[in-house]
Amino acid sequence: MSDVELRSRAAAVGPECGRASALGAGTRRVRPGTVLALAFAAFLLVATVAPSLLQTAAPNAIAPRDAFSPPSLAHWFGTDESGRDVYSRVVQGTGASLAIGASATAIGLAIGLILGAVAALGGSVLDFVVGRVNEVLFAFPGILLALLVIVLWGPGPVTATIAVGLSTAPGYARIIRGELLSIRDSGFVEAARVLGHGPFRIFARHVLPNALVPVAALATLGIGQAVVWASSLSYLGLGAQPPAAEWGAMLAAGRTYITTAWWLTVFPGLMIVLTTLATTVLGRAITARDGRRR
Amino acid sequence: MTGTTQAAPAPTDAPVADVLAIEGLRVTFGDGGAPVEAVRGIDLRVGRGEVVALVGESGSGKSVTARAALGLAGAGARVQAERFELDGSDVRRATPRQWRRLRGAKAGLVLQDALVSLDPLRPIGREIGDALRLHLGLRPAAARARVLGLLELVGMPHPALTIDRRSGELSGGMRQRALIASALALDPPLVIADEPTTALDVGVQVRVLGLLAEAAARGAGVLLISHDLAVVSRIADRVVVLADGVVVEAGPTGEVLASPRHPRTRELIAAVPTDVPRGVPLLGAPATAGPSQPAAAPAVRPPAPTGAPPVVEARGLVKAFTVGGSTTVAVDDVDLRLERGRTLGLVGESGSGKTTVARLLLALTRPDAGTVRLDGDAWSELPERARRPQRRRIGAIWQDPFGSFDPRWGVERLLRDAIAAGGGAPGSAAVADLLDQVHLSPDLAARHPLDLSGGQRQRVAIARALAARPDVLICDEPVSALDVTVQARVLDLLDELQREHGLALLVISHDLGVVRHMSDELAVMRHGRILEQGPAERVFDAPEHEYTAALIRDSPRLAVGPDARRDPADR
Repeated sequence: MSDVELRSRAAAVGPECGRASALGAGTRRVRPGTVLALAFAAFLLVATVAPSLLQTAAPNAIAPRDAFSPPSLAHWFGTDESGRDVYSRVVQGTGASLAIGASATAIGLAIGLILGAVAALGGSVLDFVVGRVNEVLFAFPGILLALLVIVLWGPGPVTATIAVGLSTAPGYARIIRGELLSIRDSGFVEAARVLGHGPFRIFARHVLPNALVPVAALATLGIGQAVVWASSLSYLGLGAQPPAAEWGAMLAAGRTYITTAWWLTVFPGLMIVLTTLATTVLGRAITARDGRRR
Repeated sequence: MTGTTQAAPAPTDAPVADVLAIEGLRVTFGDGGAPVEAVRGIDLRVGRGEVVALVGESGSGKSVTARAALGLAGAGARVQAERFELDGSDVRRATPRQWRRLRGAKAGLVLQDALVSLDPLRPIGREIGDALRLHLGLRPAAARARVLGLLELVGMPHPALTIDRRSGELSGGMRQRALIASALALDPPLVIADEPTTALDVGVQVRVLGLLAEAAARGAGVLLISHDLAVVSRIADRVVVLADGVVVEAGPTGEVLASPRHPRTRELIAAVPTDVPRGVPLLGAPATAGPSQPAAAPAVRPPAPTGAPPVVEARGLVKAFTVGGSTTVAVDDVDLRLERGRTLGLVGESGSGKTTVARLLLALTRPDAGTVRLDGDAWSELPERARRPQRRRIGAIWQDPFGSFDPRWGVERLLRDAIAAGGGAPGSAAVADLLDQVHLSPDLAARHPLDLSGGQRQRVAIARALAARPDVLICDEPVSALDVTVQARVLDLLDELQREHGLALLVISHDLGVVRHMSDELAVMRHGRILEQGPAERVFDAPEHEYTAALIRDSPRLAVGPDARRDPADR
């Protein structure tokens, strides 16, 4: 209660010192971790859109004489068995890894949205059916489900993307169903009905956008997870195929030399870890901001 | 138990030892650039056996003061005082650890919202027993026996059973009793109650206040915090009125109510709607009119003529809900009629079926039996598709305006959407006009409801309802979440808009005072049935039903002689 009172007090003091200055000062401050994550995300973005801006060498240029050189000023992350610059290959692989991660998340979200919407708004029978299907999907470990898809359609980056997307869908479906249900019964949907708006308009303008706010934050978290999964599949030789510079594939290729040339595995691995970390931090920052708005 | 009516003023000649003595209290929030001083030099004392009411609007600093008195002002708050004594000992330099020992033993706290103040996962007996085990080191069996005694003391029905219930299994009134029991557990010399009766039905309100009066009769000092002067005037010996963090007026209850000196006090008194006749604005009349002058006669407007065909007519409405195999009849054979330019008030306690009636009239739910007709045409029987184009004709405002706004939308978008729904042209001129009608500045269009006060939000909700140019407005507890003064302004606004637009109003409330002030006709509802219905003055002055009489008796009104503002011809 005192919080509410303080808010209104802050508002009463004058427009110039509203919510933000009185109470929000502490909470609005951007954390240094978020700044670092943003900086890293910017690096990833550049690496995806224009990798040549960041590269110090051509990613697939072979130089057998320079093979297995450790990290140095000339080759920041060292070179691999064919003398290719690992740093430039890591930068090159960003696009592929992120594309797989982002499209897999998008596929998972799209399927989750359809299943969730059908379950939440399609009546009790459909809710039951979708719920049981979801539970079956949940019962499989995600990676097993992905392997099943690859067995059916053969290895490759596209199949890997679809496989990862499929196995993340049940989780999204559940969350979206819950969000849709609570928004369906909310006061503002009722208010829209009383104004005489039709069901499709209400769904498109109120229910869906509001359900997607928390899901968007969740998807940011999901991208990091999807990158890990896609890399795992590539590592198993089921995703991107060599010589494509994809982080998982690079890990797999470097495994052979793990005792003699640690830089072949450590740097792609580090990129996976940092990407996951950065998207997670950003996802949390979005969630926190969303929480304040609600 | 007689403390439920006006308590006798405390004997002023007997020197009372103060359990709480505060002088020059200042509480500041925030640091650096713009610190906000919520409390700016307050003197406050509470004697043994005395009930002191701390009254003021939201933001006046009353809750902050109460919290500071318990060492709970919160992180980031700076508390300074020239004198700050709790039960005779100076607590200005008390550490958090020392405060923990003082709370419970020296001062008990009763909070407003009993549902969130009790741990939902623990039986209330354990929750109350905590204090006993912590401070007295009682063993579980001994603590349980004491808790049973406490529950009996606060009049909990079937204490032996309720002691093992969790807060979610209890009604609002029972939870409030449990909270009071835990505040009284250690028999502290000071009991602080922060809005202990807000959101409770009037009958429960009276019993809760009675419990606090009894605690004072046993020798405790009670500090009662409220925005509602009528509520506290039942039991308070002294009233301290706060505004903007300072005391603007203080004195014995009777004196303050009979001859308020400060305009803010007068405003608080004027805002109590119960005995202000229909059509007289609560705060609309200029405050310059002294309390001894009668209200200007032209302010009373003649009621709209009755007898015209009703805009909305409900006949034999029945609605039952089945939850977990058991069926509850929420609405049982209800007949209602709403007429143009007139107001029907619907009163009842929580769970009486009022809101279900509103939803049936709004056709948000289908009746099991009976019909609703709109201007003589079918309404409740219509298929949704056919009803939708007509929906704008019945508008609604709810208790929680904030929940009825899409959280992604600002004020302007909310209003434009509603104007479009009513078939108007949603330009910025139309938005500004709507805001003007509800007495809000057009600048507010750019704001988000989150940045508005409770009263402003409810005005925006009213503006949105008007935007669709309705014939009927259903108001479900329109002011029960608001301070009395804000409530008074919103009620005045609804009255004014009804006159301008000839709206038919249904005002639903648990507060008979609100309903009576607003209504031409009154319907009293209980257990889904309408007990009695008739002209508001008749129902209020000569209730036919015992239950109505009890509601009238319990509804908060100033416990002082006839308010001078009342039209002399009224009684």
